[in-house]
Amino acid sequence: MSALTRLKDEAPVPSARTPQRAGGRGGLRRYKGYLWVLPALVFYVTFAILPAFHTAYLSLFDWDGVTLATWVGLENYGEVFSNPDYRNAVGHALLLVAFFSWIPILIGLLMVGLLSRHRRRGMTFYRVLFFLPQIVPLVAVGITWRWMYGDDGVVNQLLRGVGLDGFTRAWLGDFDFALPAVGLVGTWAMSGLCMMLFLSGVQKVDTSLYEAVRLDGAGAVREFVTVTLPALRGEIAVAMTVTTVAALASFDIVYVTTSGGPGSQTTVPGLLVYRLAFSEGKVGLAAAIAVVLSCLILTIVFAINRLTRTDP
Amino acid sequence: MNLQRTERWSGYVILTLLAVGIVVPFLSIFFASMQPSGSTVTGLSWPDQWSLDNYREAWTVAGFSGLIQNSFIICLGVVPATLLLSTLAGYALGTMRLPGGNAVFMFFVAGLTIPVELIVVPLYFNLDSVGLLNTYWAVILVEIALFMPFSVFWMRTHFRATPPELMEAARVDGASPGMILRQILLPLARPSLMTLAVLVFMWSWNQFLLVLILIQDPDRRTAPAGLGYFVGQHTTNIPVLSAGTVIVILPIMLLYLAFQRSFIAGLLQGALKG
Repeated sequence: MSALTRLKDEAPVPSARTPQRAGGRGGLRRYKGYLWVLPALVFYVTFAILPAFHTAYLSLFDWDGVTLATWVGLENYGEVFSNPDYRNAVGHALLLVAFFSWIPILIGLLMVGLLSRHRRRGMTFYRVLFFLPQIVPLVAVGITWRWMYGDDGVVNQLLRGVGLDGFTRAWLGDFDFALPAVGLVGTWAMSGLCMMLFLSGVQKVDTSLYEAVRLDGAGAVREFVTVTLPALRGEIAVAMTVTTVAALASFDIVYVTTSGGPGSQTTVPGLLVYRLAFSEGKVGLAAAIAVVLSCLILTIVFAINRLTRTDP
Repeated sequence: MNLQRTERWSGYVILTLLAVGIVVPFLSIFFASMQPSGSTVTGLSWPDQWSLDNYREAWTVAGFSGLIQNSFIICLGVVPATLLLSTLAGYALGTMRLPGGNAVFMFFVAGLTIPVELIVVPLYFNLDSVGLLNTYWAVILVEIALFMPFSVFWMRTHFRATPPELMEAARVDGASPGMILRQILLPLARPSLMTLAVLVFMWSWNQFLLVLILIQDPDRRTAPAGLGYFVGQHTTNIPVLSAGTVIVILPIMLLYLAFQRSFIAGLLQGALKG
């Protein structure tokens, strides 16, 4: 209240300004508010939007980053889709989606089904713990797992401990297991987020709904399918969007665990952009891959939001 | 009653199992970092003798003291600027009836899905041509832009939720938009700003690909980017590498433990509203 009265005293000629505004001499005055938006807009356009379009422009050239660029039209895109190395990288990213997105969402839903029936104490402790993988740099996560997957790492130690000596291997150097191994790092990183999203979403559900199904004699499974799952529609969409983008645009984890190897078993588009533009001098091609990757992300994000927004 | 009890306990058992799964990698790297430098470490093993030598080596020889410092400088540039710009924009987009305001807002929101990969190639060449490559400025400027979509979105959501009567009363009293923001809205926005600050700090601290490309000089890189470079040089000395990893994790983890409420609220609400 005191702030308001003070304002009143300080205000120079209050009555002189109000009628002018009410007088509807709209025009430029209505745009004055944009002065507030301008600084943010300038930064955003200069360092994010324009570079994005610049990338699209670069993708139409054959350029090594030093000498003069030559216009090649859509040739780079043709190369992206015809060269198996580049096509496979996109395939790897799509496979990572299963590990970064689907498995964590399934784990999260399973946990909600198990935990949502009553409130428990000590959840704050678990919540702090489950969010931890979201907080730490993915580079550090990658290095930790790289060591855990190594010959002497925890994974092999565990296998030996239960008598599965035959299964031990250098996981990240194995042609068949490297990509799933990298994917499981994503599973580890994303599961906590999905779980917490769903648990917080389920707390907003009207408890009378649960009582009603229970009165109908529904078991835990039917309760989950008829009440919990529909209530979590929004949360599932969000979890799917966030984790899918993380999988498709993945770079950090792959860079430090396998850097694409063995062979090119774990190359992802992000890695190709980095490598082609900055070590192999194929800037146009790198730009084309970046554009294809972004279009893929946009399409999938759009599809997820469309599919989950069918309800009125 | 009995069934309820088993259900409750089985819930805790599963939660604890998952918690162990989350913690084991952290313990593994921590224990490894405490082993004597250069020794071969096996899996998750309790160190025979605890030693901080690896931390000393990582801090001085491997240069992590400088890297951590670089990280803090960049965060100190990014966080206040992002907060300021997004507050101004969010205030206007959230409380003023701007013609086309919604379109501008959607233009910001569209940026939420821009991956670093899409913008970093031309940024490298353009920042090089204006002499900003290899400077903190390169990373600071681009990160501000990169975090702007979420930040504007976050602050707009906040300002839209404040009761319009508050602003109306002040407006009737003749307060200018600037005075309304400074004296009435900002004190109320403290929790939202706090949450945004810790999120932006975290994103800036953890940013990797951008730094890797825009700062080629290894000594000027941030801690995670330095770590990514370091892993290439010291693949065999697990204890020192582990110590470096812990050093990079520690600041952000301490911040998380201190402000866990803000972090969790931000990550949950931020994801949901976005």
